[in-house]
Amino acid sequence: MIGTLAQAPSHGVTIALTFSAVLFALGLIGFLVRRNMILMFLCTELMLQAAAIAFIAFGRVHMDTGGQVFVIFILTVAAAEAAMALGLVVLLYRRRETLSAEAWQELHE
Amino acid sequence: MSGSFLAVAVLGDAAQAAHTGSHLESLVNAVIPKATAAPELAWAGWILLLPVLSAVLCTAFAALRVKNKLPAIVTVVSLGAAFALVLKLYLMRGPEAAPVVVHLWDWMNFSWGGGPWKSFQADVSLYIDSLTLLWMLFVTGLGTLIALYASEYMESDRGAGYCRFFFGVSIFLLAMSALVMADNLVLLYFGWEGVGLASYLLIGYDYHRPAAVEAAKKAFIMNRIGDLGLAVGIWLIWVNYGSVEFATLFQVFTNATSDAGGWDRSLIPFCLMLGAFGKSAQLPLFTWLPDAMEGPTPVSALIHAATMVTAGVYLLARMEPLFVLHPHAMTTVAWVGGLTALLAATIGMAQYDIKRVFAYSTISQLGYMFMGLGVGTAFGAAYHVLTHAFFKALLFLTAGAIMHGFAGQLDLRRLSGLRRVPGFGIVCWTMLIGCLWLSAFPYTAGFFSKDIILVQAMSQPKFQLLGWIGLATAGLTAYYTFRVWFRVCAGPVSFVSGELAHQTDHAQHATTADLHGAPHAHTGTASHSSHANESHAGGFHPHAPRLAINFVLLLLGLGAILSGIPGIQSLRGQHNWVQEMVYASTAVRASGELHTTTPVAFGLDAHGIVSVFGIGAALGGILIAWWLHRLNRRMADRLRSMLLSNSLTRWLPTSMENKWYVDEVYHALFRLPMWIASHLLNFFDRHIVDGLMVNGLGRVPVLIGRLFQPLYNGLLQGYATTMAGGLVLVLAWVAWKWLGAGGAA
Repeated sequence: MIGTLAQAPSHGVTIALTFSAVLFALGLIGFLVRRNMILMFLCTELMLQAAAIAFIAFGRVHMDTGGQVFVIFILTVAAAEAAMALGLVVLLYRRRETLSAEAWQELHE
Repeated sequence: MSGSFLAVAVLGDAAQAAHTGSHLESLVNAVIPKATAAPELAWAGWILLLPVLSAVLCTAFAALRVKNKLPAIVTVVSLGAAFALVLKLYLMRGPEAAPVVVHLWDWMNFSWGGGPWKSFQADVSLYIDSLTLLWMLFVTGLGTLIALYASEYMESDRGAGYCRFFFGVSIFLLAMSALVMADNLVLLYFGWEGVGLASYLLIGYDYHRPAAVEAAKKAFIMNRIGDLGLAVGIWLIWVNYGSVEFATLFQVFTNATSDAGGWDRSLIPFCLMLGAFGKSAQLPLFTWLPDAMEGPTPVSALIHAATMVTAGVYLLARMEPLFVLHPHAMTTVAWVGGLTALLAATIGMAQYDIKRVFAYSTISQLGYMFMGLGVGTAFGAAYHVLTHAFFKALLFLTAGAIMHGFAGQLDLRRLSGLRRVPGFGIVCWTMLIGCLWLSAFPYTAGFFSKDIILVQAMSQPKFQLLGWIGLATAGLTAYYTFRVWFRVCAGPVSFVSGELAHQTDHAQHATTADLHGAPHAHTGTASHSSHANESHAGGFHPHAPRLAINFVLLLLGLGAILSGIPGIQSLRGQHNWVQEMVYASTAVRASGELHTTTPVAFGLDAHGIVSVFGIGAALGGILIAWWLHRLNRRMADRLRSMLLSNSLTRWLPTSMENKWYVDEVYHALFRLPMWIASHLLNFFDRHIVDGLMVNGLGRVPVLIGRLFQPLYNGLLQGYATTMAGGLVLVLAWVAWKWLGAGGAA
């Protein structure tokens, strides 16, 4: 650990967290209202990045580099996930000739 | 026949005791000799072991799939050997021997201190007195003969149930011998249950027929009711008298002068009576016996006519020293017997199944036996048991021969003139002997034995009504017996084969012929008799009985005739062996034939009344049967339809044909409430316990799950909304708590 927690600067953190919350809310709303699978996937990416920003903000608050380490992990996971998810979307599109998530409603059976 | 001739004293030595009841009194106080141990007679144990041996061998034959008559041969030989041993015992000991106890091996022997109530002893030991021997002689003798008869009767079941049948007969003989020869009430109870089991197994022999299974269950369950009485009685005897061994008990009873004691002591004879009435098919437990006719006919003859059903008479005769202490018990026995005799005779008049007619006649005759015990002539009762065993076994075996020959046909409206069907001569003439003996035709054995009982009843003012009931029953007996004979054996030849015709005539005979490589004897008989019956439809040919059946029928006919000898001796005032045997046994306490010369009615004394009215009833009954069922058969049908058409008399034939609705009354009184209760309990169990409590609790999570099921709709956005909503709720809760906590602080 480097530095001390007691002297953590608090200004700017509120802005970062607010930005993170707004970004998350945008991602969430987008996920809820769109039916296009690619757009829904992009919205999940937005939420993921919102979480990453929140990590950095809290890392700053606690003067802990662990927050930034986590961001590296998140980005790695997000990259792997993007490769997987886009591959899946392509496969699903080939099956139904549409990108709408509603085409796969029967998967709940 | 004049009454004065018949009024000769039954007992030779009774002359000095005549006119008063003093003779009876002296016998009631007769001292029963104490039984002595006789270890030298240990070979008598083989009487019990031989049936065990044959039962074991029959089991082995069944396991080895023996398809010949070996089981029958083994059974007949071992039962015959048992009979020979009984005969040897009888010849060694004579009719008036003192009782002996033969200890075979220990069974139950507990002791928890000294004194009479501090130990319990019930060993496998034999109590051999003259009553034992009298019963064993006809049990093993008839058992052997009927097993021989069955070897031919059951032959179509070779390889199938043949071994099972003879196994059942063997264990029946084991149990019956144990019942009769037991030296204590516990071993007697073992035999009592054993004969019930054998009866159940053999009634249900044709277990694929629902009627047979029903009848077997009915017999077993109704006997259970009686057996409960016997079990309670044995327990009460031990509680009150401190022993279950006859040798000890009879000394206790002899020394007792009255039944003074608690209420449970006076209950004992009634408990034993319940057992006897169950086993011997008396009111109120008689309805199982007619249904037991579903069993094979040799079983009906052996178990349900000659031997097992007389176990009740044996029990009461054996326990007479106890019964004479309870005057009300004796009166009850007499009345139950008399009323059963009358009721069963009226039902027997209206039955069409030959075996059922004979079954009701068995109940009726057993009623006479109990009446004899109750009015105080154990000799009459035991003698009637003996004569009845011969002529009733004979009647059943002739019915079986007819059933065997006509493919199961037993309806007396569908059989006629069998006397002239070739091969059935012996059957019809021996059946005539049985019928004459059963209807107490003058100077037959049945006449003598019934006479002794009725005279004893008539001689006592309090039993006179019972005597008249007995005389009326005798008339009805003669009528229904000869109704069967005149219908079936006399008249023009005509018959309809039974339901088993196809099976027995074609399939089974073909297989047996193939198996033995020789044409079956039945085929020969059938072709021989074909010219006589060619008018009958379906080409059915009755097959006549062969050697074994005819031999047994003739032997039993001879036995029935010879069984009249003690009666003739008794009539002449001479000693006879049956009476000697009864008087030398424990049953002596209820014996002592009365010889009053006081006029009873019409200026005649008891003997005169019974001879005049008894002979009149027998001849009248036979004459009416001859008129209605031989000469003028249409008349009988017209009489029936006349009674049916009149609304005032309709109840008579209907209720007689429906057995006075006794089964229906029992159904309404016992089965229906139990049926309702069982269905209520079933409803409670199924819907309250299972439905509400077990499955109901299990369904709660399911119902909760169903409440949230609409959320699970397969729409990605739906799930996301749920998650987001949950998140919002959690956030709102956290925010509210935080704000609230902050506010509070």
